[in-house]
Amino acid sequence: MLFQLVKAAGFMLGGVIGCAAYFWGTSFILDLIFPSKGKSGAVASRNLRITNAIRPWLFLGPALLALTIYLIYPVFMSLWYSVHDRAGQNFVGLSNYVWMVNDGEFRQSIYNNFLWLLVVPALATFFGLIIAALTDRIWWGNIAKTLIFMPMAISFVGAAVIWKFIYDFRPEGSEQIGLLNAIVVAFGGDPQAWITLPFWNNFFLMAILVWIQTGFAMVILSAALRGIPEETIEAAVIDGANGWQIFFKIMVPQIWGTIAVVWTTITILVLKVFDIVLAMTNGQWQSQVLANLMFDWMFRGGGDFGRGAAIAVVIMILVIPIMVWNIRNAAKEMKGH
Amino acid sequence: MNPATRSPLMWVVHLSVLLIVALWTLPTAGLLISSLRDKDQLAVSGWWTSLSTSSQNIVVRAPGPETQVERDGKFVISGNLLEGQQGRISAFGFNSREPAAFKAGETAELNDGEKLTVQADGNFEIVSDKKMEGSRGQRVFVTASSPPRFTFDNYGEVLSAEGIGRSFINSLTVAIPATIIPIMIAAFAAYALAWMPFPGRAILIAVVVGLLVVPLQMSLIPLLKLYNGVGAFFGVPAKTYVGIWLAHTGFGLPLAIYLLRNYMAGLPREIMESARVDGASDFDIFVKIILPLSFPALASFAIFQFLWTWNDLLVAIVFLGAGPDELVLTGRLVNLLGSRGGNWEILTASAFITIIVPLIVFFSLQRYLVRGLLAGSVKGG
Repeated sequence: MLFQLVKAAGFMLGGVIGCAAYFWGTSFILDLIFPSKGKSGAVASRNLRITNAIRPWLFLGPALLALTIYLIYPVFMSLWYSVHDRAGQNFVGLSNYVWMVNDGEFRQSIYNNFLWLLVVPALATFFGLIIAALTDRIWWGNIAKTLIFMPMAISFVGAAVIWKFIYDFRPEGSEQIGLLNAIVVAFGGDPQAWITLPFWNNFFLMAILVWIQTGFAMVILSAALRGIPEETIEAAVIDGANGWQIFFKIMVPQIWGTIAVVWTTITILVLKVFDIVLAMTNGQWQSQVLANLMFDWMFRGGGDFGRGAAIAVVIMILVIPIMVWNIRNAAKEMKGH
Repeated sequence: MNPATRSPLMWVVHLSVLLIVALWTLPTAGLLISSLRDKDQLAVSGWWTSLSTSSQNIVVRAPGPETQVERDGKFVISGNLLEGQQGRISAFGFNSREPAAFKAGETAELNDGEKLTVQADGNFEIVSDKKMEGSRGQRVFVTASSPPRFTFDNYGEVLSAEGIGRSFINSLTVAIPATIIPIMIAAFAAYALAWMPFPGRAILIAVVVGLLVVPLQMSLIPLLKLYNGVGAFFGVPAKTYVGIWLAHTGFGLPLAIYLLRNYMAGLPREIMESARVDGASDFDIFVKIILPLSFPALASFAIFQFLWTWNDLLVAIVFLGAGPDELVLTGRLVNLLGSRGGNWEILTASAFITIIVPLIVFFSLQRYLVRGLLAGSVKGG
């Protein structure tokens, strides 16, 4: 145990020293080969030009290598595996995709993911916006914000345990220790095993992600709301607008861009939601989603890499529109500078 | 707005924020309180009742006739129904139809002439004129009320017996190097993308922005194959800590480069130009000027990456083994959900141990976290 920590610390230290040595060493060697100091004007400027052309690539080298191995290469390989059989050896054309379309569990996942995409980003952004607007007006707003932001630090698995406890079910007649059933019983209802109710259980799982992501939306939208020029609000007040009108007609339209960013960020997260479903239901009771189905096929019966990769490709395709939108925004931003 | 119309509206705002805050904190509070409760109480009453004396109906079987002793010509079985637990008995009975027929201290006449007396502190006596027979003890129904009990026993148990303590070390082993290493690599790359002119820079930035949203799922199968191949080729295990450190480094880099580049690009150009005039090289400028100035952005990313690697489940279960010296906290918790699904004292204590480190990081470094979120989302795409 101690040895393991020492090993980790050693690797960390080695990694940091290695990185430093690489960056410092390559810079040093570059200057040694193409010295610009103490040379005559023509040679110095030529060498300076060469070093300036090479140095960025030395700085970028390790990052590009890691990005290529861990993200770029896998994207192409996943495409390749998705048209091959379970072991990734024989070309099978589109049969993995054909299987997928005909598979009831896959269609269930697509349907559920669609529900998630519809509900979670909308609710998290909406709550975030409302809470941001409300907490900006009260003296203890920052304390409230911290507490609402807190679930952001909790792992999906930890959050799943927290909420499974809330949804806990005891048969009718015995005392409920799950908060939700206790409330239902207190109002005279019958206790339910919430996460086993097909269709509705999706919403009980979504509540967990909304709980986690509202804080994120709130923090960003709150900053955006504070960035709204005072004059626009003052002008509206002078024109006799009431609180609702000011909020929805003056403030919200000015932060549409930020709302879109929050919305898309949560959308990406929703497409990848995995831990919550795995921990709560593992896809039972018709609560399967794409990411969990993909993981399932990766290891089910020894693993079917062809089908797993095909499902991953579907997730990727769903992400692409947002990716394109992000890149275009970033490009616009860069031109502005 | 004048103060008169303002004040009732402000009350509504205060109340609704209070309600929302309660809604957002109660789940975690319930977990924390439950993890500190006695496990028998936790199993029968909700955590919101944990401060009140709980009353429960229990069925106890008294010791069998073989324990009877002869005293003054009578045969007596005695003992304590609560067996050392704290609590008071308010009522008892020997029949499931009337489980609370007698008050504590009263004597009940059993069907076969035996007399049962139960005291409030749990002591009982069964007295009979003739020798009692049979192999099983008398069933006694008692209504017991026990005072609230809080204990750290649950934590003691999960830390040792359930392997949470070991997994805690494993999670630390994964998270710390996986946080430090990408920072170094990303900082140099970010500087190059922000301040070193070279052809293709805009395309590279676009690629980094694109990679920000590539789902992890795309990487899993090819990397698993790659790791297995590398492991087989060199004759080493495919699932190692080095493997997961590098995997987290790769997955964390797009955000790291993006955040740091945005921050560095906003630093004033004059500082770098004056340093360059003084003869400093790019390497010197980066190490002596840019790196110290970028501390807030470095801290933001470090917090993100630490939270992400500590809380991660998917990367850990794919790229790290499931043995006791490798299983991380999140993985352990998922296993416990399967194997100890009904033992809430174990689940709540385990869950709280897994979330305590991120919560400490969150509350102590929240400033940097917020700054990083804003830099990542409001400014760029």
